[in-house]
Amino acid sequence: MTYPPGTIIRYSTASRINHWITGGCFVLLVLSGLSMFHPMLFFLSELFGGGQWTRAVHPWIGVVLLISYTGLIIQFWRDEMWTRDDLEWSKAITHVLVNEEEGVPEVARFNAGQKFVFWAMALLVPVLFFTGLVIWEVYFSSYTTIETQRIAVLIHSMAAIGAIIVWIIHVYSGIWIRGAMRAMMHGYATPGWAYRHHRKWFRRLVETGSRGPEPNPERPR
Amino acid sequence: MSDLQSQDYIRRSATTLTPPSTRDHEQQVAKLIDVTRCIGCKACQSACMEWNNLRQEVGHFEGSYDNPMDLSPSVWTLMRFNEWEDEQGNLEWLIRKDGCMHCEDPGCLKACPAPGAIVQYANGIVDFISDACIGCGYCVKGCPFDIPRISKTDHKSYKCTLCSDRVGIGLEPACVKACPTGAIMFGSKSDMTDWAGERIKDLKSRGFENAGLYDPPGVSGTHVMYVLHHADKPTIYSGLPDKPHISDFVGFWKGIIKPVALAGLAFTALAGFFHWISVGPNDVQPEDEAEAQRLLHSADGPP
Repeated sequence: MTYPPGTIIRYSTASRINHWITGGCFVLLVLSGLSMFHPMLFFLSELFGGGQWTRAVHPWIGVVLLISYTGLIIQFWRDEMWTRDDLEWSKAITHVLVNEEEGVPEVARFNAGQKFVFWAMALLVPVLFFTGLVIWEVYFSSYTTIETQRIAVLIHSMAAIGAIIVWIIHVYSGIWIRGAMRAMMHGYATPGWAYRHHRKWFRRLVETGSRGPEPNPERPR
Repeated sequence: MSDLQSQDYIRRSATTLTPPSTRDHEQQVAKLIDVTRCIGCKACQSACMEWNNLRQEVGHFEGSYDNPMDLSPSVWTLMRFNEWEDEQGNLEWLIRKDGCMHCEDPGCLKACPAPGAIVQYANGIVDFISDACIGCGYCVKGCPFDIPRISKTDHKSYKCTLCSDRVGIGLEPACVKACPTGAIMFGSKSDMTDWAGERIKDLKSRGFENAGLYDPPGVSGTHVMYVLHHADKPTIYSGLPDKPHISDFVGFWKGIIKPVALAGLAFTALAGFFHWISVGPNDVQPEDEAEAQRLLHSADGPP
């Protein structure tokens, strides 16, 4: 994979493929799930070939998403660990929200907002998966009591709404922060972008002579 | 049943508008099952199979009179037998014809996400319109009586229709027609309630002081009612619920959550949109690029 000269590599090709499989599954799950959640959204089931197909395909997409998201966790969990700086950054969120990032604590590879999205999904995806298994009528309905299934379907729908809200925040952030979409689509960012949004990460890359996304283990100079 | 035009709906699943309901000058009907007169002959089961063309696969003997052992997509009514001893040690053989109760407030219909897959007619009958059924099993979760069964073959949910096809043309349900002792009666709900009252009076005069009518208010009454000799203990009749009602979990899931959730999603999306038009995009500035280059070059060190 080649990147334009002078750019910083933000996400590896593997990470990007992994991310977009997850994102594609998520969108399909939102559309099919909402069609079974509210009568006014039932028309969305037509996108999947009707109600029976929607009901049949939704859980399978969920299985793919779980596997895919596990891949994201494996790739990113180190960089997503919560640090003391994240608390300081969170306190300065009002400055970040109005595009005034100078004076806000410097951010490593991910800021506290990104970490929130990451860990919220890391919690919600397994919750959705396991409650989803309980209400997967075709294969698993005989393994639990109906009362358990009632609780599972309630948790499933609430967790789904939570996940969709987190997802809207995630998508909007990608639109709002110019250059973020390019980073996730094509993998690179300009040095200025890295300096502006992830200065601590950028400094580490410069110090270790790395082009990204990870700093070099030992200093080559 | 019923691809036929119906304009007498009182309820239609997953529907936010009023369903066609102009032909509502219809009497509420009810089936009255007098458990005290049942002899357990299973003629009702046979009649149900016969009329509805249902044939359950032949199973195995499980040491019980129950045959088959449970309701299924092709078993819409079932005699359940229970040997019960009272406080004095007297044995009573309690036989209950199980099947859909046709609740006035049907939990299955409330839970169903597929528009028009479950309907309730003006006469009170709750019917599954299989064509629209998506096989999700939500009706199973909505039902307080554990009645609907999902077919593994066609992924549709099935249960007793109260012979809506027969009732629609003025006939009584097949099980009623077949019952040799008159333990199953059919008519208007008020007539059936009156008749049950006489039966209960008679039972009380003969020592069954707790005899009573099972028409549970928790689901706003049912269109299938039982006369029980021990109406104070419905559960002894093979697990008939004491106080059936739609589960609070289902009520919550199908009630307040739906509008609140959609409002929450809309609010989040709108918040993003208004942030976009008020604050706008966060662009990298020329100073950022300049500072970044300075850092990069200082790292290179002296040439």
